[in-house]
Amino acid sequence: MSIYIIRRLFLLVFVLTLLSIFSFSLGYLFPGDPLTNFTGQQDIPYYSVPELRQAYYLDSNIATQYIAYLTRILQGDFGISFSSGASVFEEIKRVFPATIELACYALLVSLFVGIILGSIAAMKNNSPIAKLINYIALVGQSLPIFWWALILIMFFSFQLGLFPISGRLSLLYPIQHQTGFLFVDIYLSDASYRTAALKDALRHIILPTAVLSMYPTTVMLRFTRESLLNVLDTPYIKTAKAKGMSQTQLMFRHGLRNSLLPVIKQIGLQFSTLLTMAMLTEFIFSWPGIGRWLVEAIYQRDYTAIQGGLLIVGCFIIIITVLIEIVHMILNPLARKDLYASR
Amino acid sequence: MSRTQWLFWASLWFSLTGCSFLSKDETHAQQGIIYCSEGSPESFNPQLATSGTVTAVSHQIYNRLLEQDPVTGVFIPSLATSWTVNDASTKYRFKLRHNVSFHQTDFFQPTRDFNADDVVFTFKRIIDIYHPYRFVNGGIYPYFQSIGFTHVVKSVQKVADDEVEFLLHTPDSSFLSTLSTDFAAILSEEYGAQLELVGKHESIDNQPIGTGPFQLTEFQYDSLIRFQAHKKYWQGPPSIDHLVFDITSHNASRLGKLITGECDLIAFPSAAELELINDRPEIRLEKNTTLNVSYWAFNTKKPPFDNPKVRQALALAVNRDSILQSVYFGHATLAKSILPPVSWAFDQSLKKPEFNLEKAAQLLKESDVHEGFEMDIWAIPVSRPYNPNATKMAELLQADLAQLGIKANIISMEWATFRKHLNAGEHDSVLIGWSADNADPDNFFRPLLSCTASYSGQNRAQWCDPDFDRLLQEALTTTDVARRIAMYHQLQQLLQHENPVTPIAHSLRYQATRTNVSGVEVNQFGGISFYRAKKVAL
Repeated sequence: MSIYIIRRLFLLVFVLTLLSIFSFSLGYLFPGDPLTNFTGQQDIPYYSVPELRQAYYLDSNIATQYIAYLTRILQGDFGISFSSGASVFEEIKRVFPATIELACYALLVSLFVGIILGSIAAMKNNSPIAKLINYIALVGQSLPIFWWALILIMFFSFQLGLFPISGRLSLLYPIQHQTGFLFVDIYLSDASYRTAALKDALRHIILPTAVLSMYPTTVMLRFTRESLLNVLDTPYIKTAKAKGMSQTQLMFRHGLRNSLLPVIKQIGLQFSTLLTMAMLTEFIFSWPGIGRWLVEAIYQRDYTAIQGGLLIVGCFIIIITVLIEIVHMILNPLARKDLYASR
Repeated sequence: MSRTQWLFWASLWFSLTGCSFLSKDETHAQQGIIYCSEGSPESFNPQLATSGTVTAVSHQIYNRLLEQDPVTGVFIPSLATSWTVNDASTKYRFKLRHNVSFHQTDFFQPTRDFNADDVVFTFKRIIDIYHPYRFVNGGIYPYFQSIGFTHVVKSVQKVADDEVEFLLHTPDSSFLSTLSTDFAAILSEEYGAQLELVGKHESIDNQPIGTGPFQLTEFQYDSLIRFQAHKKYWQGPPSIDHLVFDITSHNASRLGKLITGECDLIAFPSAAELELINDRPEIRLEKNTTLNVSYWAFNTKKPPFDNPKVRQALALAVNRDSILQSVYFGHATLAKSILPPVSWAFDQSLKKPEFNLEKAAQLLKESDVHEGFEMDIWAIPVSRPYNPNATKMAELLQADLAQLGIKANIISMEWATFRKHLNAGEHDSVLIGWSADNADPDNFFRPLLSCTASYSGQNRAQWCDPDFDRLLQEALTTTDVARRIAMYHQLQQLLQHENPVTPIAHSLRYQATRTNVSGVEVNQFGGISFYRAKKVAL
């Protein structure tokens, strides 16, 4: 087991190194002076150029430059943004939690809804309800996220006036940024309008979550259904049935527990898709997360922001994927057996 | 009920009650207003910029010495309570208001009230090259440079703590107008001195301190600007505590946010969307006349456009009524003069411009311009407040000119390149316009049609008439208002006769506000004031 983990970690380090080399080379690949691309300062006065070049080791060989780059990013120095002039790392710290928050809620919703609907579909296999659920899943999976979001906005915001269409919180409720996770920040804040802010934040999160959770819900649903159907077909379920267990007991004691293992693996696999979709969702709902931030950086040719943003998002996705794989391996005895067999 | 069914009903119940829990809670929200603006300001100091985006923000933060009523042209005291001018009109003395306090923030606690030092500090920054802030943050003062402020103002001096004196090289009747524009905002000398000590000069424009009704508390580039009320504002604190500019550059998103109530009011609803807003009971649409004009300028350096008859003929071929309908959707008024009718110097006796193709054909024949003549119409590639769609306007002109046997080619290119070639005078004619910076009529003539403007290329007609220029200069150095009015009338008659440019329309500015918000004042130069704004529960 530990050997497996070490192997995974080696792979992780290797991929991260490749990613950082790519990000480093962007400094040279982007148009313009590498000094500007690395520091983010656009109008560097001529008298500070030599000093800066030295500080960034730009006159040394490429390996030294890369090491210097690594040292800088490990210290959180990604340069400053071209457009806003603020530290890129600080900006990412401000926007990234919003994305993670949104992705987490969507994931929770999709787990909850997907597993329930998936189980129903499997239990009542071939019944009209199961068919209906399957149809919905198929439609949901093929809905383009842009279109789906606009439909929801048209109906719930413009027609019914229930939910706002942009942002995480009305701008009239300034909540101090502490963790970046809005609900935690609201909980920690001592503002007099805390309850009102909480309600407002809830109203803001419903539509984006509904939009973003659509696709992963259908994935979870299909996987739960298939895996549960497989499990229900196994001899031990038949034995349990023969022993006179009720349908519910059967489901909760034997069925779900065994069928959810492949679903856990899906969480990891879906995470990168989820993050990509979160970026689209953010753009539609003006959600102040990293997706919208990156798209705007691209529009404004803000090279330092693109470079830093890509690196951090990339690293995050890789780390999460590897972590979930390890967790899956720990939880799933079958997979462990495979591992030993293949060794 | 099986357990799964129970789970289903429970989740349904939860989601329904969850919705009612989410009803709006508005007590805190009532004390604040959200304005969805169109873009991020490039600076908070209006001295350094000319764009309306900057002045909309700076208008909340700063005051000026005086203000001007755009319609009557009357000056209204602001930080200056009164002023005197000597007989030669070269010496202006301002008495300053007492008990005016600057913003108090985490980074600056004023120890004194506003006084003459602040005025001297503010204007010396523009005219004195030894001023410590002269070259800070770019050191370019576009508005003041465009009117030759440094050539007009000789010095600005403190006479007493509450009195300042401006000495002018030559009389300039638009001087008070200049001081009343948003660009002449008064900065704090004490704040300047404090920043100088710590060497953070650039903060004077990025973390602004003024005397205005709101102080800046937060700025996130392309996202939001947050203000809070200045409790010690000299006219009394504003009625709202918070003001937020939600920067939304996309037109449709701004409208969407207005409809859902995320914005209390929005900047520049586009003409095509006005119908949609009109149908909504919760949104109020207000119409404001603004000082702007769109016109068709002929390059008078190029034959046959050097011939006034040809220009007159082309002016006769402009079907203004159809342009007002299809380009402005009826949200503009027909222009008789380059000067809008709301200006006090507007000549009421001007004739309504004709649309008469027969007469035009006759004039063209007389001036040897025959069928098959080809000309270029340059159309600005961007939408401006004075002209939402120049290309469409050009197409309408093209159709009318075709009836005269003239083939018009529409030229359009990227905006910056367009202006470069335009300044070089490469065009035959161009559809462009102008928005005023101040209420003085001079602002519509000198930057557009004077000889100096033709050297810099700003004069799109490349028109230089010594008589016109002499009259213009005279009108500027005269302080007698009745005589000035007479001169401006003469100038307008001259223009209608000579047609170097043919005015087309003065567009209206719309302001869409939710009905529970009142008291927001929009002035004609694009400034917007939230000082008297109020919000009630719906």
